[in-house]
Amino acid sequence: MSELNSALEHPKYNYKVVRQFAVMTVVWGIVGMLVGVWIAAQLAWPALNFDLPWLSFGRLRPLHTNAVIFAFGGSALFATSYYVVQRTCQVRLISDKLAAFTFWGWQLVIVAAAITLPLGWTSSKEYAELEWPIDILIAVVWVSYAIVFFGTIMKRKAEHIYVANWFYGGFIVTVAVLHILNSLAIPVSMTKSYSIYAGTVDAMVQWWYGHNAVGFFLTAGFLGMMYYFVPKQAERPVYSYRLSIVHFWALVAVYIWAGPHHLHYTALPNWAQSLGMVMSIILLAPSWGGMINGIMTLSGAWHKLRTDPILRFLVVSLSFYGMSTFEGPMMSIKTVNALSHYTDWTIGHVHSGALGWVAMISIGATYHLIPILFGRQRMYSIGLINAHFWMSTIGTVLYIASMWVNGIMQGLMWRAYNQDGTLTYTFVESVAASHPGYLVRLVGGFIFFAGMLVMAYNMYMTATRDTVEEEDEQANANTAPA
Amino acid sequence: MDINDLRGLSTLLLLIAFLGVCFWAFSSKRKKAFEEAGRLPFADEDEAAQSHQEDETK
Repeated sequence: MSELNSALEHPKYNYKVVRQFAVMTVVWGIVGMLVGVWIAAQLAWPALNFDLPWLSFGRLRPLHTNAVIFAFGGSALFATSYYVVQRTCQVRLISDKLAAFTFWGWQLVIVAAAITLPLGWTSSKEYAELEWPIDILIAVVWVSYAIVFFGTIMKRKAEHIYVANWFYGGFIVTVAVLHILNSLAIPVSMTKSYSIYAGTVDAMVQWWYGHNAVGFFLTAGFLGMMYYFVPKQAERPVYSYRLSIVHFWALVAVYIWAGPHHLHYTALPNWAQSLGMVMSIILLAPSWGGMINGIMTLSGAWHKLRTDPILRFLVVSLSFYGMSTFEGPMMSIKTVNALSHYTDWTIGHVHSGALGWVAMISIGATYHLIPILFGRQRMYSIGLINAHFWMSTIGTVLYIASMWVNGIMQGLMWRAYNQDGTLTYTFVESVAASHPGYLVRLVGGFIFFAGMLVMAYNMYMTATRDTVEEEDEQANANTAPA
Repeated sequence: MDINDLRGLSTLLLLIAFLGVCFWAFSSKRKKAFEEAGRLPFADEDEAAQSHQEDETK
């Protein structure tokens, strides 16, 4: 193994930590999505919790969200940011040891989450469920990440800081601020703490954190990925570099205000709800500016989509990004939210972003990286990448379409009144009516998950196959008559 | 002048800041520098290929 590692060592860059994070991206993707498939099955057949507290939906659901966002998405962000910052600054990471600490520290956080969440140790804050000792570990790892990233930028050889690094940098700084302020709590034991905020203020801080987890962790970070890997895979510079600058400043300035749209029709003051709604609608402009910038990078090279499934992953992820950043502002409008809130429409919207945008751009970037990191010409099988692409796309479409139908149906059933003012439907009638949609969602989610298994096989074969064999095959392909 | 004037002014300042970023990014003076910056993902390719060749000759 050490022989393999030294053979793979790049003379200039630290590829080891990138490789570790890239492999764990696939591993945690499989684990997190498997838990997702499991709880989707529980919603269709509730008996699947086997009456065990550790397998109950309420405990496994935060395990699923933490695993896919922070373990799968987080590993993809660490891998690509460490790779991009080195390649575009043309220097090695400032500290191999600190970079290794961020890898092992982050894996420890994930393992701790996988143990504590099924045990029911939770702060009950959505996407910030982990208890205070783990929160402190996250803060330490994150500050180390910031030191490695910005330290590397400071010793760059290029004069300019490439736009992808601006997005990664914005994501790192903002997530540090969000995590530390939202997690402030008074511990009463090793496994229990109480937030220092109370009531409506607690709710507002939580959704200031929650929506910016979406805006900075799941958007700005992955836009950093987009600005490097789309031009790289398309082999041409980004459509408009100047638009990317306006994109960055507009996006970071507006996103931070959008959180109150999670608290429409609650105890939050009405003016704060309206502010959140207006800022969310304005957000459509920078979101679409960025999406168009990414997609138009292919102008004059559209034919590459026919032959390159990696590019297809990247471009379709941008299409899903455009779709969900249109849907989000629309759902933040109070009158639309009156129908959509607390229904499955929200779940569908989240997965249009999470599967269609975040997962697919991460998968595309990882397929770009794996051959480079293992010193290979290309992935073991391009055909399998194409199969994975179609599995991801079909899985996502089944998932979001079923949740649209379910969500709108639930919203309409809950608000239906009889002439005498009584409700037309009981709540449980809307649950029973949702069953077919839950089955379709399970099928879609399973297909997406199965695609990750195809990816793991392809990655394993790429990493372990003999290079000599690969060269032979290529030589044969070159000499064979066309 | 009360607090609402300040609120109005802050909106105006944000508008000016946004227009400032647009003018700064799209001014013709910086066109060349930004085009160069846009090619940064490809800047280290020659170097990377070179070091790869060096590996092979070793």
